Amino acid sequence: MSRDRKLITMQQRRARTGYMFILPFIIGFVLFMARPLIQSLIMSFNDVVLVPGQGYSMTAANRTYNILGIEMMLPLDNYHSAFAVDPYFNPRLVEEIGRMATNTIATLVLSFVIAVILNQDFKGRTLARAIFFLPVILSSGVLPGIEKQNEFYDMMAGVAESVKGAGGVNISAALQDLLQVSGVAGSVFDVVFQMIDAIYDIVMASGIQIIVFLTGLQAISPSLYEAADVEGCTAWESFWKITFPMVSPLLLVNCIYTIVDFFMKNDNRVMERISTVMYSDAKFGVASAMSWVYFGVALAFILLSSFIISRAVKSAQ
Amino acid sequence: MSKNNTVFIGKNKSFWDRNRRSGGYLLKKTSARTAVSIIRALLLFGLCFMIIQPLLTRFSMGIMQEKDLYDSTIILLPRNVTLDNYRIVAELTDLKTIGGGWTFHALLNTLWVSVLSSLFQIVSTTLVAYGFARYTFRGKKLWFALVVALIIIPPQTIQSALYMNFANFDVLRIFTLFGVNADGLTFGQRIMSLFDGTGTGLIALLTGQTWNLRSNISAYLIMCITCMGLKDGLYIYMMRQYFQGIPTSLEEAAYVDGCGTMHTFVKIMLPDALPTIASCFLFSFVWQWTDIFYARLFLPSSAISIYSTQMSSMVTRMGRYFSADASKAVVVPNGRQQQLISIAVLICSIPLIILYIFTQRTFVESLAMSGSKE
Repeated sequence: MSRDRKLITMQQRRARTGYMFILPFIIGFVLFMARPLIQSLIMSFNDVVLVPGQGYSMTAANRTYNILGIEMMLPLDNYHSAFAVDPYFNPRLVEEIGRMATNTIATLVLSFVIAVILNQDFKGRTLARAIFFLPVILSSGVLPGIEKQNEFYDMMAGVAESVKGAGGVNISAALQDLLQVSGVAGSVFDVVFQMIDAIYDIVMASGIQIIVFLTGLQAISPSLYEAADVEGCTAWESFWKITFPMVSPLLLVNCIYTIVDFFMKNDNRVMERISTVMYSDAKFGVASAMSWVYFGVALAFILLSSFIISRAVKSAQ
Repeated sequence: MSKNNTVFIGKNKSFWDRNRRSGGYLLKKTSARTAVSIIRALLLFGLCFMIIQPLLTRFSMGIMQEKDLYDSTIILLPRNVTLDNYRIVAELTDLKTIGGGWTFHALLNTLWVSVLSSLFQIVSTTLVAYGFARYTFRGKKLWFALVVALIIIPPQTIQSALYMNFANFDVLRIFTLFGVNADGLTFGQRIMSLFDGTGTGLIALLTGQTWNLRSNISAYLIMCITCMGLKDGLYIYMMRQYFQGIPTSLEEAAYVDGCGTMHTFVKIMLPDALPTIASCFLFSFVWQWTDIFYARLFLPSSAISIYSTQMSSMVTRMGRYFSADASKAVVVPNGRQQQLISIAVLICSIPLIILYIFTQRTFVESLAMSGSKE
């Protein structure tokens, strides 16, 4: 009898120790994530005015709406100014979402291909791996944001293009023209060319993803390939029958990472706008409303893509 | 017997002889292999060049004199070489006092801020990751789901609320609920005061006012020690993966021998996990070094000059800097601005690249160890 009670308390003690270990996270999440989240949600429905010395005061950002003939006061004025008043928010949001969709697909494909290549045996592999991982450093934090504003590079590129344009050709534009003339090109090709033009951004954003795929590839036991080889599989077949199914669970991890990374990047123009509205115009309510809209979009994308990918992975295996 | 077989294939016969014997198969195989390796080399070279090239461009642009920038015949190699631009950037970004000596003020600040905050982050995330990996307790799934949520939620969503929180810092803002400073508030408003940051807390109750923690590093360190720093969700996730991969038998043996919980953790688990912890530390150091989001939120450049904030606000100071009269600003041409910015980017990334060259193995290999069990 007493032995039973002792067993339970032992378990309870283990549970308590576990809670002690994750206590920093619990405190942090409640104080600095959950509460600010609720707070910023509240702020997005209010006009926030800073009061020096004692914080800020809020009044409901009401706006009269006419729904089905009934006049209603709804605290949606901040959302209204985000969508209907701010001249930059809407176009930038649409543009960034489009860019995100194409870039995510391109990043996944490219990082997978590069990981497969870097997993092969060739001279200078260590150096190549080191260089492909360099973007994790070079495109973090403030650096890509500053590079994006770098109109001088654009200007230089423009000059180089016009100089070359006299005698030479811009290959991607020429190819596009050619395809359009021959009637093949449609909107699909526009997307493809958009990806080609964004290849620098894509490579710079795929450092971590390459490593994740690479670790997945290295975890595949070589004996699987040997067995396939003995059975007469070609390299192409064993790629689709072994490599791809074994690595495809990582596709989801990478996809989510890419989307999240894209949404938080400093060169993201929606983020830039939110920062401007907050720090320069001091419209905290509108900035909160904008970030909530943006977060909602991000979450929808993550859920959608995880749904699609997990279905696809299941059917591939 | 096997010796005879190798003789039959003919190691010492010529390539064409062996090719004829194999019925053309050898030639096909060899040429396919060569083609693949040539394509691979070209592709890798192109992509690697694309990654490296901006560094080279920045370097060559940095040593150009201003007139070279507008000369359309000059693209990469400068005609008039100067190092004066570096001095100008150093003076603009608080590495050197104007007309005075080199202090490296902004970079040194960045260094200690990054080291300190990464250290706080890694200590707390290691503990939390260990708790998630080794203990079973009620609500563990929920809390871990919140770790994943932490990875997904952009910190930008809460930046205005965090700004408010730390500009008027207080703990336990529950006293308004119980009637302190709550004259004329309805019960609903009192409950709201728990969440919207208007409630009176312990500090305001005792000292009469809230603290502004935005002017020093303490606000950010509080965030770091409670796992809410830059990308902390990711570190918890990575280290949990690693801890789960270590067999439990070692710890059980330690428990049987009478080791306490903390003792086992420090003596048995930590040495084993050191490579992963080191790689997380490096990641957090590097990302902290270039971070602007938290730096702008918690460390305004008036309080501590961090290189990333100095760099991003550099353009606004240029007009004053280049004008002879300190009260008026001149218009700095766009090309010149960008030249100076690219030097600043170079200065910011060179320490990191040097660090990366020496620790590349830690970066890549130990991430591989933790990621292998997704």
